[in-house]
Amino acid sequence: MKVTFQIWRQDGPTDKGRLKDYEVDGLTEDMSFLEALDHLNELLVLKNEKVIAYEYDCREGICGQCGIFINGRAHGPHANMTTCQLHMRSFNDGDTIVVEPWRAQAFPVVKDLIVDRSALDRIIEQGGYISAKTGTAPEANSIPIGKDVADKAMDAAACIGCGACVATCKNASAALFTSAKINHLNSLPQGKPEQHRRVLEMTKQMAYEGFGHCTFTGACEVECPEGISIVNIAELNARILKARLLG
Amino acid sequence: MLNAKVPEGKIEEKWRNYQAQSRLVNPANKKKLKVIVVGSGLAGAGAAATLAELGYDISCFCYQDSARRAHSVAAQGGVNAAKNYQHDGDSVWRMFYDTLKGGDFRSREANVYRLAELSAPLIDHFTQQGVPFAREYGGVLVNRSFGGVQVERTFYARGQTGQQLLLAAYSQLNKMIRARKVEMFTRHEMLDLVVIDGKAKGIIARDLQSGKIRRFAADAVVLATGGYSRVFRLSTLAIGCNGSALWKAHKRGAFFASPSFTQIHPTALPQSSEAQSKLTLMSESLRNDGRIWVPKTKGDTRKANDIPEEERDYYLERRYPSFGNLAPRDIASRAAKERIDAGYGIGRLKNAVYLDFKHAIERFGMETVNDRYGNLFTMYKKITGIDAYTEPMQISPAAHFSMGGLWVDYELMTTIPGLYAVGECNFSDHGANRLGANSLLQASVDGYFILPNTINNYLAQALKEEHETTEHPEFSKVEQEVKEHIDHILAVNGCKTVDHFHRELGKVMWQECAMSRNKSGLQKAIGQIKKIREDFWTEVNVTGHSNELNTELEKALRLADFIELGILMCTDALDREESCGAHFREEYQTEDGEAVRVDDKYAFVSAWEYSNGDFKLHKEPLDFEFIQPSVRSYK
Repeated sequence: MKVTFQIWRQDGPTDKGRLKDYEVDGLTEDMSFLEALDHLNELLVLKNEKVIAYEYDCREGICGQCGIFINGRAHGPHANMTTCQLHMRSFNDGDTIVVEPWRAQAFPVVKDLIVDRSALDRIIEQGGYISAKTGTAPEANSIPIGKDVADKAMDAAACIGCGACVATCKNASAALFTSAKINHLNSLPQGKPEQHRRVLEMTKQMAYEGFGHCTFTGACEVECPEGISIVNIAELNARILKARLLG
Repeated sequence: MLNAKVPEGKIEEKWRNYQAQSRLVNPANKKKLKVIVVGSGLAGAGAAATLAELGYDISCFCYQDSARRAHSVAAQGGVNAAKNYQHDGDSVWRMFYDTLKGGDFRSREANVYRLAELSAPLIDHFTQQGVPFAREYGGVLVNRSFGGVQVERTFYARGQTGQQLLLAAYSQLNKMIRARKVEMFTRHEMLDLVVIDGKAKGIIARDLQSGKIRRFAADAVVLATGGYSRVFRLSTLAIGCNGSALWKAHKRGAFFASPSFTQIHPTALPQSSEAQSKLTLMSESLRNDGRIWVPKTKGDTRKANDIPEEERDYYLERRYPSFGNLAPRDIASRAAKERIDAGYGIGRLKNAVYLDFKHAIERFGMETVNDRYGNLFTMYKKITGIDAYTEPMQISPAAHFSMGGLWVDYELMTTIPGLYAVGECNFSDHGANRLGANSLLQASVDGYFILPNTINNYLAQALKEEHETTEHPEFSKVEQEVKEHIDHILAVNGCKTVDHFHRELGKVMWQECAMSRNKSGLQKAIGQIKKIREDFWTEVNVTGHSNELNTELEKALRLADFIELGILMCTDALDREESCGAHFREEYQTEDGEAVRVDDKYAFVSAWEYSNGDFKLHKEPLDFEFIQPSVRSYK
């Protein structure tokens, strides 16, 4: 199949950037979207041009490193899927596909389709952990945790940190990301001792990094590859109130 | 002479004896000692966080944009531990035996025992860190079985166990970053090791964002850089996984042990085109309830669901009745290859077998199967577009885990003093074949429990020595060599892409050095790879510059090392004239195709020394003091 990619090219953070057209032939429906870009890059090398910079690592939807805005949607046309899981069978022969980086104030463009998502790491730094040193743990079965609690914690813990929730949000809010980590840890007995501090400090960092506020449009849960529910944000709001009163 | 430094005493007492006698560093002195950790996966992040908690000054490096991306994240099925929660006869001893046997008696007893011994506290550790392991309704932890064992000792968090363990390690690492005890360098790739007076004293790394070459000095260097199965190009690994840190360390003097021992995983998604970059793994846990089969008739073109029961060959159940679909990975992969090569393969390219859940769904109901494997079925559907609840999955063997790696002693130190290797990048515990769910275990135990106990023994001495700085002439020399190497690659200016050469290398390695190997094939492969190396250095084209973010340059640097590593892997496979575990030499098999081990000649670990482009073999004899090697049978 043959498609035209309109790809965002930007040399570095200070470059203005522009969309550039690339007509690519010889693609097959079995190819993943990233393999199609790999193919385009090989063609560029053969023409002695610089390759397009984009990110990926595991290519199986779990590492969270890939993340491209495709035809105006985070991770492309399907809901709850990563860019690396997208295949060319989702497009038609002759299509024009617009390919852009994540856009958010807190995610500055590094080069072409690569953005800097270290703001998410810094939110985790502020409390996305349980302060227990190696060697201090009690016997694992000494604290029973009901299946429903463990399952709910797991639902929230599944976040892959790709940033699609931020990219798709009109406010560029990181509320889904932050709430998922907080709800994962705060719902478990091991996470209780630090629960209020965790809520206050992680949300403070979220605002400091320049992420917007959540206005409950629900766009984030549509694009989240792990299908993390927006209910997490509602729960976080309750936790914020509680933390302010008790924390 | 290789000294594994195995402590005295009964096997149950060795680790305790070691800890009792090992030197320690006073807490106040620890902050004066700097340790570099390369890699932020389970082994790397676990080591970095724990060493920082102890008080050492840590720098941690990863090539990805965040420490949370490391490929430990992709492990699905679980982590083993001898807790005996299921009351099914498990014990440290049984786990030790299973692991040693699973590795076909090609690993060091003392290391394997320690792995089993430290497995139970690891589950305690991760539970306390907030890992949402699967639970019973009553609140206690659940287990499941994995290949190669007959007890249930695998702990899991849905099909995302690796992700959950890694995120726990990443969280702990972040806690120490916030405490300013760890400095994290993301988007930095180690390009060489600096050895001063025979000791590891630092690294040269490239800032992948700016392209700048930087020097980092330390009192010890820990490599936690994972496996190198991307040498086959198509593998279950992340695209960025590479063997460069290991290879550079090897060229600086670290011995490389059993480089050719590569696990081919039986349940990955089959290759569908030449352009494919990755073979996605489907967790081995699926073999708990899924049944593997091919049609009894060659080239059967009917759809899977149209083939009646009596015309299906459940070949694992047929050949290995006592372990059935839970036969270890090397055996399951080889059995699949045997059926595919014999013409019974299924799928468009006839390169796959079926993994069928029909019986499991009939027996346990849709809901239970969904609860156990739901996310794997979803993943399968996203990639293939097929619903595995209604028709069987198509699976195929794929290059997966590197049992080989840098040779390490009992302290996990390589043959270069001050250079340690932890996790998948070392050779120690898995012998010639790794059991499922032992990988997360080994990476974690190495990083959290073992290294933080053994590194003191070396650093206690380093405290008395002068701390080298990056001003030392050796740093300038190595930095210069790195820059010249990069300039050399950029200057070739040929007419072929990096990926072209990687595909060529992958084909040779997969053909001759994967599931089945023979003398003439390996000899031929060495010649072919040398030719690929020659062509690479005259025909490759890498566009862009060195002083910018250049993904093509990154790939080229990694591939240049993979090519050389491929030669060593074939050399190792050629040298070992026996079949053991994943290393199957066609010349050494029984009439019905089972592996024939040659204990009187090959009961040793092959440790290769690099010398001017050639490799010199050293042998670490494997003395089995506590368990007598037997013929490994799963029939």
